[in-house]
Amino acid sequence: MDLFDLFNHGFIQRALVAGSFIAVLCSTLGVFLVLRRLSLIGDGLAHVTFGSVAVGLLFQTYPFYVAVPIVMASALGIMKLIDKARLYGDAAIGIVSSMGIAGGVIIASAAGGFNVDLFSYLFGNILAINPTEVWIAAALSVCLVIVIFFYYHELMAITFDEESAKASGIKVARINRVLVLLTALTVVLAMKVVGIMLISALLIIPPVTAIQFSRGFKATIVISCAAGVICVIAGIMISYALDLPAGATIVTANFVLFISAFIFARLCSKDRP
Amino acid sequence: MNGIVATRDLHFRYNGVEILSDITFNLEKGEFLGIVGPNGSGKTTLVRIILGLLKPTSGSVELFGTDTASFTEWQTIGYLPQKIGTLNPHFPATVEEIVSLGLISRRETRKAAAGKDRRAIDDAMALMDITAIRNKLIGELSGGQQQRVLIARALVSGPQLLILDEPTTALDPEGREKFFATLGDLNRNRTVTIIMITHDIGTIGQYASRLLYLDKKLVFYGGFDAFCTSGEMTSYFGEHSQHIICHRHSNR
Repeated sequence: MDLFDLFNHGFIQRALVAGSFIAVLCSTLGVFLVLRRLSLIGDGLAHVTFGSVAVGLLFQTYPFYVAVPIVMASALGIMKLIDKARLYGDAAIGIVSSMGIAGGVIIASAAGGFNVDLFSYLFGNILAINPTEVWIAAALSVCLVIVIFFYYHELMAITFDEESAKASGIKVARINRVLVLLTALTVVLAMKVVGIMLISALLIIPPVTAIQFSRGFKATIVISCAAGVICVIAGIMISYALDLPAGATIVTANFVLFISAFIFARLCSKDRP
Repeated sequence: MNGIVATRDLHFRYNGVEILSDITFNLEKGEFLGIVGPNGSGKTTLVRIILGLLKPTSGSVELFGTDTASFTEWQTIGYLPQKIGTLNPHFPATVEEIVSLGLISRRETRKAAAGKDRRAIDDAMALMDITAIRNKLIGELSGGQQQRVLIARALVSGPQLLILDEPTTALDPEGREKFFATLGDLNRNRTVTIIMITHDIGTIGQYASRLLYLDKKLVFYGGFDAFCTSGEMTSYFGEHSQHIICHRHSNR
């Protein structure tokens, strides 16, 4: 089999394009989330997505449309809990996350008939991505680039030291809301790429890979995006060649790249005087 | 008008506990205010209220004659919070990137500000003696170096009011001396108004023009002449410490 034949298939082209956009979204947002110790927000929102998909299946509605408002509301809920209930980020995420799963399980159990459909959302199928989802991924990526372009310094300042950022007159609460809403939309979109169970890998692994050897904040974002896109493309190609599940292969590619970066960075630091 | 900070009947309660009560004072342009007091006396809370980070339960704060709620000229204020130890050691930003964050509140277009910003960043780094480490990551520096980077970030916008919360805790004696010399220069030659929380009472006597002693309420606020003759302050500081502060002040 010629590996390059795969680029002739429409579904592979859509998977590569949408996957690359989603990788850019996850890898960029992930840098801010990881550095603010909110890495697991992706996991938490993915669990809410699980509950939302169950609601969508229950009412026989396209789950994406049900998941978007519910996950966005949950993202704002997490920020509200951190702010008002004096909780650490991980505790707030834990509460919303477990409620998402519990809701999904109760609905699935009560409906008693769509376990197989629900299972397909748990592990995703990027090869089944449709043209609308490709356009949504592209549009969301453009939105993110615009936000990053106009608010780059503000986002960096909040990520480094929220209190000083507030004292500089930055509208921290507003920017935080934009950040988590973009994350919520990205998580719902990424559900098709790697599935609900593995979304947080796309948000966490590329940024931590970049942090291993980057020499500045801008460089971290660029390297993180490059790592994310390379792993999505490599994951799709390997999964196609070896007949493996695409989502899990993409996550494994990310993990291999992270370990390589980790070893490379340790070796380089030993060489430094 | 020369009023930089004015508080009126300021009260702050948290979880039903009175943290600050009845704080009223005015700070004029070009003054150097040292805020002292025991741990838990409300020093950091007062500074956070002045900066609009906390809302007072009652009372008001004005910055440059404007209530903090409607104040927008944040670029005129440089702030160094008290938390060097909580910095993320893995934050992947260079010294130069961190210093440039102090320019965010400038309300100019990026293009128009680019050349001016470049010079401001270079000047602030030169002032804090960190030019040589400008491309290093913040996590690779010692505590003292990190503190100097954060001070440069507070200074880079050329603030008219500088608020520092225990700024010298991570500095070695040489760095501390240099830092205070810089502050003295900013205060005397550039008329930057300074508010500094500190436990270093000897140094505050040397540099500050006014003293605010806080213990959940305003115990003392005034110049050094009043402080040195205050019997109440002798009972708070002890005769020896009060003498050191006054001696340093008169010899500065």
